[in-house]
Amino acid sequence: MNSDLVLRFGAGAKIFAVSLFAIVLSLIVFGIFVALSGVNPLDVYDLMYMGAFGSWFSWQNTLLRSAPLLLTALCTALPAQMGMVIIGGEGAFVLGGLAAAAAGLLLSDMNAPALIVQGVMVIAGMCAGGAIIASAGALRHWRGVNETISSLLLSYICIAVLNQMVEGPMRDPTSLNKPSTRALPDWAMLGNIPGMDIHVGLIFGLLFCIVAYVLMFHTTFGFAARMVGGNVRAARMAGLPVGRLILVVTFLGGAAAGLGGMIEVAAVQGRANATIASGYGLTGILVAFLARQNPLIVIPVAILLGGIDASGGLLQRRLDMPDASVVVLQGIIFVILLASESVQGHLNILGWLPRIKPRTSAVAAAKGAE
Amino acid sequence: MSNKLEISRRSLLLSGAVGAAGLAVSSLPFGRALAAGSLSVGFIYVGPRDDYGYNQAHAQGAAALKKLPGVKVTEEERVPETVDVEKTMESMINLDGAKLIFPTSFGYFDPYVLKLAKKYPDVTFMHCGGLWKEGEPDNAHSYFGYIDEAEYLSGIVAGHATKSKKLGFIAAKPIPQVLRNINAFTLGARSVDPSITTQVIFTGDWSMPVKEAEATNSMADQGIDVVTCHVDSPKVVVETAEKRGMFTTGYHANQAALAPKGYLTGAEWNWEVLYPSFVADVLAGKTIPHLVRGGLKEKIVKTSPYGAMVGAAARKQADAVKAQLEAGTFVIFKGPIKDNKGNTVIAASVSQGQTDIALESMSYLVEGVIGSTS
Amino acid sequence: MDETSIGWWGVPLAIFAGAIRISTPFLFVSLGEMVTEKSGRINLGLEGTLIMGAMSGYGIAYLTGSPWLGVLVAGLVGIAFGMLHAGICSLPKVNDIAVGIALMLLGTGLAFYLGKPLVQPQAPNLPSINFGWWSDLQQVQSALKINALFIIGVVLAPVFLWALRNTRWGLILRIVGDSSDAARAMGYSPLAVRLAATAFGGFMAGVGGSFLSLYYPGSWNEGLSSGQGITAVALVIFARWNPMNCLWASLLFGGASALGPALQSVGVTQGYYLFNAAPYVLTLLILVLSSSSHRHIAGAPGELSVTR
Repeated sequence: MNSDLVLRFGAGAKIFAVSLFAIVLSLIVFGIFVALSGVNPLDVYDLMYMGAFGSWFSWQNTLLRSAPLLLTALCTALPAQMGMVIIGGEGAFVLGGLAAAAAGLLLSDMNAPALIVQGVMVIAGMCAGGAIIASAGALRHWRGVNETISSLLLSYICIAVLNQMVEGPMRDPTSLNKPSTRALPDWAMLGNIPGMDIHVGLIFGLLFCIVAYVLMFHTTFGFAARMVGGNVRAARMAGLPVGRLILVVTFLGGAAAGLGGMIEVAAVQGRANATIASGYGLTGILVAFLARQNPLIVIPVAILLGGIDASGGLLQRRLDMPDASVVVLQGIIFVILLASESVQGHLNILGWLPRIKPRTSAVAAAKGAE
Repeated sequence: MSNKLEISRRSLLLSGAVGAAGLAVSSLPFGRALAAGSLSVGFIYVGPRDDYGYNQAHAQGAAALKKLPGVKVTEEERVPETVDVEKTMESMINLDGAKLIFPTSFGYFDPYVLKLAKKYPDVTFMHCGGLWKEGEPDNAHSYFGYIDEAEYLSGIVAGHATKSKKLGFIAAKPIPQVLRNINAFTLGARSVDPSITTQVIFTGDWSMPVKEAEATNSMADQGIDVVTCHVDSPKVVVETAEKRGMFTTGYHANQAALAPKGYLTGAEWNWEVLYPSFVADVLAGKTIPHLVRGGLKEKIVKTSPYGAMVGAAARKQADAVKAQLEAGTFVIFKGPIKDNKGNTVIAASVSQGQTDIALESMSYLVEGVIGSTS
Repeated sequence: MDETSIGWWGVPLAIFAGAIRISTPFLFVSLGEMVTEKSGRINLGLEGTLIMGAMSGYGIAYLTGSPWLGVLVAGLVGIAFGMLHAGICSLPKVNDIAVGIALMLLGTGLAFYLGKPLVQPQAPNLPSINFGWWSDLQQVQSALKINALFIIGVVLAPVFLWALRNTRWGLILRIVGDSSDAARAMGYSPLAVRLAATAFGGFMAGVGGSFLSLYYPGSWNEGLSSGQGITAVALVIFARWNPMNCLWASLLFGGASALGPALQSVGVTQGYYLFNAAPYVLTLLILVLSSSSHRHIAGAPGELSVTR
């Protein structure tokens, strides 16, 4: 048990070290890129630090932006444990928000207590998001439809459904120039974390990441799920209920993103409208891959990306750089990190760490599909 | 062993901190600008500020402010209507020292502007959309223009230009602002010839280039020969119409350069006149009304200069109405007006002037418009 | 007054014309991706390549005044992105889907960053060829104004089909795609073949992107692509790696995209969001109907990760 812990810690430290190396390299490449386009990279680094982590205000800004990413990243990271690449988090997020708004309005009309309203909204958001991703899982298992493509298509369809609903049946006729559902009453809204300007969604996100980590890496269920990801045939021979495992894990992934949508409605917008679909689901994919699909590593990565996002405005305002600068940086980080993945364990450039042999095929599989 | 890691992390942080301290003074001119007792103004756009449309019109207003002495303008574009805009505004206040903020998208107001106006009572918020209600924070303001006046004039010019008597209007969503423009455009055209109809196509969102091009083409196929639009960037519609040999009237900004053969006229914002007056009021410490609205008379909107192809009759009629609008004596929504389902929406004796609140929640399309609001 | 109107006949005509206008980027991307996938690799990054192609093509056409040069450069940029994808994928332990998503992000970001100064200027557009001279109807004439790229795409489809079946190159491609080991045994390097196939896929996607910015809708801005690149990758799977099916699938998708505006223009105004989603629903439906968990999808390359 003890040696197992050391092994695990060692593996974690190694992933961390390689990722840090990749991020530093990405910042250098990005610096060269902006220098070529005529901007002083030192100014860029300086402003990014200032905008993301330079003050308590910046820290809160960063954390607030990372809150939804924690949840949408799980939508990709959880199914990835089973070797599935899901990129439909945006759809689950949007549908979760819509369902939560519907449930919240219904119950608050009946004057249910705030906790009940919020509880049911959480359940509604999670079920809606979970159902959409679970259907991608089901299609993969029972029809052999590629889950990457189907989750993407489902995502487009979910956004269309959101638009149709908030401009049609669920539209508040008094929401004149920005079609929305009715607003939730103030008492039903989720508040801020005491003493901070960050809504409680951050706590939900952190909690979910930790629970997801424990579930996937410290329970029999998680072990079974990762075994399916490692080798479906072996898992079947071992008598594992493959179909059910796929359904449950994809549902949980979607439920996390759906909860993100619920929080967007209940803590930020106060109603469902087209702006729920503003790309949190897409950034979540990036977070999950950068975190090597590990729910625990999702936390620092989400904060890092929240920080990059938070600093984008300063780059625009002070240096007159295009808003896409942060997307370029994200793209560079993503590419370099993927390339560095093959460095890990092969060249072992970070020689101070003990060589690690994966215990089972499942551990290897957990590092990414195939 | 893990010490190395520790050291590298620490030294990285350290060098970052040193860098931050060293550069903060040299590269950032803001501290000094503020010290001189000037005004820092923040502009936030929902889309790209060079879109030939909505955001460009605001950016032209911001550009006018940059020319004023002692005014420092910072701009951020493509800011979504999420916590992003809340944090952008706060960042402008906290890091740029902004005292006046222009959040220029309709959806920025509720809840973001309202929330921050309460939190930062010494910052003035000038929101574009005309949304302020009694009881909402004192330092929040909202303005909008009666651009339907310019659309009515565009309709007159279009009515003279059309041969097929069929006009087209490509719009994003059936919301009151859009419906008011469609209706004003159609009423203007039908004041020339009551047999004229306007076909409406809703694309579903504010920026959908392929859908907009496809809508323009399907209108051309239906024999429509003058087309206009209400989307964030009219560039695609105007260019596609030019290729199909249709006439166009513009929106938001002047698109004449995109369609030298077909650009008749257009309805434009005139923010470069309004914004400097706001800034002057703020600098002078004058109270600005919470709701600022106006049309051609108040110089909040304007029309594009006529294209060479606009005939004398069209110019004469449009100029005559324009003079009345500028004098404040012309009413566009004057009964009797029927909607396109045959119901009377404005009775014969009723005359809804521009300030009439009923117009703000318009939910119908007038007779002669082909399309529906849902 | 009605002599210029063709009423409800406009709907099928608009869908037909829309199919031709909208399908070209899908056709190019899917044909290129078909070749890439035949080699056993999937490149989801073609969305980024498409946008880069659109931006660079527009920029070059604007700077040089030659739209065809823009198309060429868009293709070259596409090759560069394809080679980047293939290069990273050839490293051990790297997942091609993940690299695709990364390049989608990088391509989009770079195109938006570098394309900022190109939003305003007007670049010369690609010419079209008028096949509608025989008709008096202006609608028919305009529907048959067809861009040369579309014709090239239509010609390429059967050529690809023939080449895959009958040429040595086609054979090598299929062997590599079906089994790396077999290919190696025969003396072909799977990595080199995949590099070439992915670079080719990138070229086609770049050209497809230039169609967007240089012909239809024919201008550059950040909202230009609404996922055409990634949808085209989905099309390849339901086209079952058959070039002719890629053609039909692209036309179907283009026609479905034209459905919303066309129906509204004749007065069907309800539910346009759902009409806008029609292409995605259609793709998903066909994908579900054409897949099976028991047998390998017919025509699927054995090495392709998405079908294993």
